[in-house]
Amino acid sequence: MIRMLRIRRERSGSVARRRLKILLAADKTGCSPELLEMLKSDLCRVLSRYMEVDSDRMEVRVERMPLPGYAQDMPALCANIPIRRLTCSKGTFG
Amino acid sequence: MSEVIVITSGKGGVGKTTTSANIGTGLAMLGMRTVMIDTDIGLRNLDVVMGLENRIVYNLVDVVEGNCRMKQALIRDKRYQNLYLLPSAQTRDKSAVNPEQMIKLVEDLREDFDYILLDCPAGIEQGFRNAIAGADRALVVTTPEVSAIRDADRIIGLLEASDLKSIHLIVNRVRMDMVRRGDMMSVDDVMDILAVPLLGAVPDDEAIVISANQGEPLAGTDSAPGQAYLDICKRLMGEDIPLYVPHVTRSLFSRISGFFKRAQEAI
Repeated sequence: MIRMLRIRRERSGSVARRRLKILLAADKTGCSPELLEMLKSDLCRVLSRYMEVDSDRMEVRVERMPLPGYAQDMPALCANIPIRRLTCSKGTFG
Repeated sequence: MSEVIVITSGKGGVGKTTTSANIGTGLAMLGMRTVMIDTDIGLRNLDVVMGLENRIVYNLVDVVEGNCRMKQALIRDKRYQNLYLLPSAQTRDKSAVNPEQMIKLVEDLREDFDYILLDCPAGIEQGFRNAIAGADRALVVTTPEVSAIRDADRIIGLLEASDLKSIHLIVNRVRMDMVRRGDMMSVDDVMDILAVPLLGAVPDDEAIVISANQGEPLAGTDSAPGQAYLDICKRLMGEDIPLYVPHVTRSLFSRISGFFKRAQEAI
């Protein structure tokens, strides 16, 4: 019984590894996971005025990268947002 | 050609001073002229770990302020003639010294020593700035814990930003029994996350506590951490020693008594 419970629970070593990876990414960008979630849902709301997006599969993160016009790496917002259907009435997207 | 090495970690209590004492002892054992500098002004500890606390007359701040000559402040080790300690001041604070003075201090020692080890205080403030100012390379000490690794990552970033490019990692207090059952991050995990080359891993062992109690570093002694520290020293000197984590085997008796102790605490 005890053994079965143990198997189901994730070992603390891998919990630590996972937490660390998220933590370090947040430290480097100065952007907490909570803040990113808020940004994500706001983005979804705004985008839904123009298109239907797959909110479950969208990825939003902040990464440091070289950008034109800057001498050093800058934090940049990177997003992959799958579009299910364009609902734009102006016909800009054809 | 002398080499100046800062031993740092960010987080306190991960074993910087123990590491400094053992690397100093190990290098001296291998015949290197070595000096250890305790840069933790106000909270000196390296003297105690080395068992030299009763021999302090002058300290780092005295040297910097010109109250004494360098030779008067250096304390010779009990066991090794080629090992010296420059103790820190206990009654002053970090602002008593600035990075330029530390660079000068270290330069003055280069002539007489092969290795100059700087035991860095915890934190990222002036004490850290002072300690890294004169260093050629850095050893970052961490333990396989989330908090220690997070701080190590921050320190590595700061070292790189201050143009200290030679950075190596020491993973301290590894418990192979816990790693094996998945309750502790492995040395490989830590290396993956921090992306810094490993200089060595030191197993957690009660021999460390005993050696600190006695004021006699155990580098080179017949114990798992003693061997790990000696290997680290050899790698520092450029020898190609394979990386492995020595396993601390607990005797059947200590395991049984440990079990009863835990059972007692549970009641």
